[in-house]
Amino acid sequence: MPETPFLPTRPPRPTHETVEFWDACAQGRLVVPRCDDCHEYIWYPRLFCPHCASQRVTYNEVRGTGTVYSFTIMRKGSGPYKEFAPYVIAYVELDEGVRLMTNIVGVSVDDVRVGMPVKVVFDDSIPRFTAA
Amino acid sequence: MSDQPRSAIVGIGRTAYTRNSGRTPLAMAVEAARAAFDDAGLPTSVLDGVTCFHTMDSAFPMDVALALGTTELEFSNAMYAGGNSVAEVVRTAAAMVDTGICKAVLVYRSLNGRSGARYGTVAGPIEVPGEMQFSAPHGYMLPPQWIAMWASRHQAVYGSTCEDLGQIAITQRGHAVPNAHAISRTPITMDDYLAGRWVNEPFRVFDCAYEVDGAVALLIVSTDLLPDVKSEPVWMLGSSNSQSGVGWVQWDDPTSMYSRSAGPKIWQRTGLKPSDIDVACMYDCFTYTVMATMEDFGFCEKGQVGEYFASGRATYGGDVVVNPHGGLLSEGYVHGLNHHYEAVLQLRGQAGVRQVPDAKLALVTAGAGPYGGANVLGKDKP
Repeated sequence: MPETPFLPTRPPRPTHETVEFWDACAQGRLVVPRCDDCHEYIWYPRLFCPHCASQRVTYNEVRGTGTVYSFTIMRKGSGPYKEFAPYVIAYVELDEGVRLMTNIVGVSVDDVRVGMPVKVVFDDSIPRFTAA
Repeated sequence: MSDQPRSAIVGIGRTAYTRNSGRTPLAMAVEAARAAFDDAGLPTSVLDGVTCFHTMDSAFPMDVALALGTTELEFSNAMYAGGNSVAEVVRTAAAMVDTGICKAVLVYRSLNGRSGARYGTVAGPIEVPGEMQFSAPHGYMLPPQWIAMWASRHQAVYGSTCEDLGQIAITQRGHAVPNAHAISRTPITMDDYLAGRWVNEPFRVFDCAYEVDGAVALLIVSTDLLPDVKSEPVWMLGSSNSQSGVGWVQWDDPTSMYSRSAGPKIWQRTGLKPSDIDVACMYDCFTYTVMATMEDFGFCEKGQVGEYFASGRATYGGDVVVNPHGGLLSEGYVHGLNHHYEAVLQLRGQAGVRQVPDAKLALVTAGAGPYGGANVLGKDKP
């Protein structure tokens, strides 16, 4: 696997609702908020539950494994991505059920498939995924 | 809606659709608005409501009203929304008249969508807040990416193909060929379609709306004003919306869109069914939007849209004429309000060489993914 970063990153600007997520990423841990009342996992991170409207939400560390739910191959990149095409942006469904918007890296773009098992890799301190 | 309609669409106007207008959105909005008043034969002095929808480029309602000679509005609403709210904003304008709050409401969209701030480019801030902080760092920022992700899922689940998407692009381009107002009028074959450059898979350039500069305006007035109107009024028969905050990534099933709810609702509310519709102006920011919404509105079964278009059911002589103007793909991306313009033109019988014979009912859809809506327009007073 080539050295990271695999892709350029537009730095996220954390809010008080999301700083815990980004701090965990910087430590190489993937955390996902979970509702204390209905126990559903929540994505994207925010401090209310979109399933039951509870205001009680806690970050939980997850395994960082899942499958490719859908993806698109960027054959041409623009802006900071210009030199990096082709690359893949994808929805990855974690084993815990939530779907993350991410990139598939470290594999040929033509080998990416819907349903492919993947695992998290922290790249530029953001969660990207590679073949499991 | 009440038994007797209290509002009607009586005026339509537009500018040229170009790649570089050299004008402000305000100037274009005013030109389209004046054209809509001329079309209706009404003086601008009746105007008491102005509304638009906008993201990025626009002109504001009070400024447009002032340029039309109106210094006071009862209703002035620039709805912050994209193409998902076209049907909603038109319905809201009609509701302001139906409820007696306004006599004459102008709806417009004006943008330098080509020469100004383009949707299809990675501009935007370097640091990204809000929900975007979980997508933009990965390069997920643009509409073709949002919707390609959904199209790719449809392909995986239903086995739909790029050629199926191509049939939509080819049919609509064919419709644009005789439309002098369309930005893109060169016929394309499947070979041309497949040779088109990738934007991002599975979308080629022909799968994407053609961004233009331009403006469209509609004038909706009280039936009390009809004795003074010179045009043939067009009637709003029903509306539905399904606007969800669930978002692109968490939407449970991207093989269907907002229309899985807005479709059945509009048929239930109007007592109509897809086979009653003569003209379907389907919101087509991308070909896949047409595919998913044609399924959801009940024109055909899941996975059958490619065949539906290939066999001629979506064109003249078929079941329903889909986007007779060429749609956003070929006429131009005036953010979807040009679909209402085309529906009115068709229902009045004024569409010239592309007139759908005996067109009495038009479905106009707006939006994609988790949010959108639709209106049914009719030639005959309900």
